[in-house]
Amino acid sequence: MAKAKNNTLTLKFDTARVYAPAPESKSAAKILPQYDLFINGKFEKPISKKYFNTINPATEEKLSMVADANAADVNKAVKAARNAYDKTWKNMPGKERAKYIYRIARMIQERAREFAVIETLDGGKPIRESRDFDVPTAANHFFYYAGWADKLEYAFPNRTAQSLGVAAQIIPWNFPLLMAAWKIAPALATGNTVVLKPAETTPLTALKLAEIIQEADLPPGVVNIITGAGATGAAMVNHADINKIAFTGSTAVGKIIQKAIAGTGKRATLELGGKAANIIFDDAPLDQAVEGIVNGIFFNQGHVCCAGSRLYVQESVYKEVLRKLKDRLETLIVGDPLDKNTDIGAINSKEQLANIHKYIKIGVAEGAEMYQSNAAIPTKGFFCKPTLFTNVAQSNRIAQEEIFGPVLSIQTFRTDDEVIEKANNTPFGLSAGVWTDKGSKIFNLTTKLRAGVVWANTYNQFDPTSPFGGYKESGYGREGGLHGLYPYVEL
Amino acid sequence: MARLPILKTYKIYVGGKFPRTESGRFYAAKNVKGELLANVCLSSRKDFRDAVVAARTAFGDWSTKAAFNRGQILYRIAEMLEGRKAQFVEELMMQSATKPAAEKEVDICIDRLIYYAGWCDKFQQIFSAVNPVASPHFNFSVPEPTGVVAAIAPQNTSLLGLVSLIAPVIAGGNTVIVLGSFDKPLCAITFAEVLNSSDVPGGVVNILTGKPAELTPYFADHMDVNAILYCEADAEAQQMITEKAAMNMKRMKFYPTMNWLSESAQSPYLIMDTQEIKTTWHPIENIGGAKAGY
Amino acid sequence: MAEKKISIPSFSLPPRIDQVGVEERASRFTKRSIKKETKLNGLFLTLNMIDLTTLEGKDTVGKVQQLCYKAAHLHDTYPGLPHVAAVCVYPSMVATAKKAVEGTGIKIASVATAFPSGQSSRNVKIADTKFAVQQGADEIDMVISRGKFLEGEYNFVFDEIAAVKEVCGEARLKVILETGELVTYDKVRRASDIAMYAGADFIKTSTGKVTPAATMPVTLVMLEAIRDFYYKTGKMIGMKPAGGISKSKLALHYLVMLNETLGSDWMNNQWFRFGASSLANDVLMQLEKERTGVYQGKDYFSID
Repeated sequence: MAKAKNNTLTLKFDTARVYAPAPESKSAAKILPQYDLFINGKFEKPISKKYFNTINPATEEKLSMVADANAADVNKAVKAARNAYDKTWKNMPGKERAKYIYRIARMIQERAREFAVIETLDGGKPIRESRDFDVPTAANHFFYYAGWADKLEYAFPNRTAQSLGVAAQIIPWNFPLLMAAWKIAPALATGNTVVLKPAETTPLTALKLAEIIQEADLPPGVVNIITGAGATGAAMVNHADINKIAFTGSTAVGKIIQKAIAGTGKRATLELGGKAANIIFDDAPLDQAVEGIVNGIFFNQGHVCCAGSRLYVQESVYKEVLRKLKDRLETLIVGDPLDKNTDIGAINSKEQLANIHKYIKIGVAEGAEMYQSNAAIPTKGFFCKPTLFTNVAQSNRIAQEEIFGPVLSIQTFRTDDEVIEKANNTPFGLSAGVWTDKGSKIFNLTTKLRAGVVWANTYNQFDPTSPFGGYKESGYGREGGLHGLYPYVEL
Repeated sequence: MARLPILKTYKIYVGGKFPRTESGRFYAAKNVKGELLANVCLSSRKDFRDAVVAARTAFGDWSTKAAFNRGQILYRIAEMLEGRKAQFVEELMMQSATKPAAEKEVDICIDRLIYYAGWCDKFQQIFSAVNPVASPHFNFSVPEPTGVVAAIAPQNTSLLGLVSLIAPVIAGGNTVIVLGSFDKPLCAITFAEVLNSSDVPGGVVNILTGKPAELTPYFADHMDVNAILYCEADAEAQQMITEKAAMNMKRMKFYPTMNWLSESAQSPYLIMDTQEIKTTWHPIENIGGAKAGY
Repeated sequence: MAEKKISIPSFSLPPRIDQVGVEERASRFTKRSIKKETKLNGLFLTLNMIDLTTLEGKDTVGKVQQLCYKAAHLHDTYPGLPHVAAVCVYPSMVATAKKAVEGTGIKIASVATAFPSGQSSRNVKIADTKFAVQQGADEIDMVISRGKFLEGEYNFVFDEIAAVKEVCGEARLKVILETGELVTYDKVRRASDIAMYAGADFIKTSTGKVTPAATMPVTLVMLEAIRDFYYKTGKMIGMKPAGGISKSKLALHYLVMLNETLGSDWMNNQWFRFGASSLANDVLMQLEKERTGVYQGKDYFSID
């Protein structure tokens, strides 16, 4: 509640969080009790003979069991990919490759609802997000890159692009299907074959994608999907017969990968962590900026590498922005991800929730002031209320380290040069946000912020045509758009 | 007794509907043996006038659709054409094509539509530029659709020339009025039916049948048409078009030597033939940080 | 709320509203899934918030009487239905309407000030208002001078509203901005602020005679203006979207938007109204469907 000296006015949002349950039906989702590895166009039992559970983080119930690929399984998958590359895919005309990729896009659209429900069950994100963002954007990503397959001669002036060969791709748990699309689509369009490993807590939509790939009649081995955890990923990275690695995940693991492939000639793109600055100037459209703040850090429970986790508000509008932000927090619904009204779903895993709690404790210990809404949260499952920290200093750990949860650190600033310096004062450089009504100021900021994606008067916008990727320790390489082709070709 | 089939009436396609020509005129389209194929509309300049109105009305919506949306619609046209392949092969054969040639022609049309569907949200990335001007301005150039395009389809093919000509035009966000082949008019109208079932908004493509010699002058001098496309190797006609187009500075593109069967007949440069380039400037203030610009 | 001294801001400072951001936020309200008891309560509330309206050149005593009967008897075969908030008519029909709703608790709202164009002299507009008030109107729906607004004569617009408020007496004043003619959200915000500072009790989107009328984004901009005004002054202002809301589903989206922007204090017909003519029957159809489980047809609900 507002603690400002004179102003005791408040708005009551008690009924804003209490809508009757509106659960999405689970019947659309066909989840098998067990999944094997998708290698060479078939589901094959793992040589390791091991399986592990995947659970619903909102209820802690088991959803299915998936195979745990060992080094021999990885080898089998890479062999299949290499074989498919040499015999079929490398020499297939671009326009025929395109038709396969278009098929995948159309089939995802046809089965959209099933994908959305499974994505929510497996990962904890609200069904509204899976349905309205993750699944359509994934389908559109395939649709976009399908169109490039027979047009590569135009993409690189004075160069004839050659495919690389076999790509090993490791994706995270925050946008499982979408990350699979971001990896597979450009790889296939440029004539490469793929071995993809989804994250161990969210394997199901990738396996469903494997079903679609089978249905689309994609030549066996062109896409292989193998499940497993860190060891499986390491086996992929270290396999001698892969030409390229694409990894999205933490900066720590990204560094391990880079060291591991040193001297091997393997190409890599890494899309790593972030600690983005979201900057509100006094001439910003404030109500829309507050919406941008909320989208920036609470969207997907803050499990976004480009989350606007450091808020900088120009001091002259700080009180107003904070008041609007707190009011907005009161209308955010934390709850069952399958409920269509849920804004903030489950935290992806027990480990991640523990990590978030750890940082919240650190923030309090550092002297920052914590604020959480009055939202009720479910007693079962892994949940965290949207959290603000004010009275934060640039030197606080919560202002420097990636928390990857719905926790926002708020600082004030006075002048443009001050905030540019502070925004860039970080080893990360994935994204940033700028809110001002003044065009020339936007371009001053966008030219000077050292980040791969700068959002002006908006936040967390994604499009298949728009390149995404970081500066500095947020990784290198771009995904999306024309620039997203570069990582998969030899020029 | 054998069942009597229903003969098809070939009307024109304007504004998403199938009216008859307002002139009431027809001509008898015949095959090489001189046998009657169908009575086809002999369109008048008034039909063209109405089609221009429809195209102009449709332009605002079509040109402002998200590019990927246009791509999805072009892909849908390909899907519908694939589904109707047998009908088109039959019509081409009625107009004296051999079966293999007819099948090849339809296949190329389908693949060409998919080709352009893929360009809808990519050609901008190739043909735009951020220009590194010397002054502190953000300066960018982007293509924009020119508007309403009048096109006379290549006369020696029933389907391939028409599809190849208009696909890049609409992929780029323009709307179009196209006059089909005089001697082989059937596929133009059947293709209109494909468009009509493909989520293509009415007025984006308008298809007329009739005499090129009669209608081309009107295509060339209409003051609310932004560009004209002409494919025959007829120097006199080209000269006439150029003189008339000067009245409103219509953009003219001639494709007399294009081999529509080959891969060289499809390219993003054909999209750019009906695009303008717009350059925008905006100041970049310079406060703090290392000095930089675009 | 203690009366604070209200300092009037400069209206020439341009408000900053981002159109894309507003429309994204407005669209997100429509993603809320309103079911079961929330839906029922919402439908009842919607009915109770309607200003049942007839503003035609061809209105007659008979027409207005029939409308007033419908206002109090929306669908007598469904027990426990609320009545609408008000009936909205031209000044010449106020007396008829007032008599027809006697004893029902329904208010009479009258348009005034040379509605709908507002293109007339100050004297005529004041006289128009006085007449409506004297005839018994509980509420006055006035129009701002859009022409003067677009000329930049903000003080003129302000003074006009203040003058009309003065002759309203006990009647509550709704100020119609005619957002369809203002076109941009920046202008709508500015007009909203002028109206509230000049003494409006309600701000209203449209006359219903111009397209576009009410939309969710424009309503959101006005609700946010009301919120900022409340925090600055402590004074609550009501809001009325009018025109273009004929389906219950849309009305429920508006209620979600109201609920999540201004909170529960505004969720009643003292502070929110729907200006609508055909919405009521659609709500009734939805209520019947909830009660019986089957989709309804128009023939079963009286027109008026």
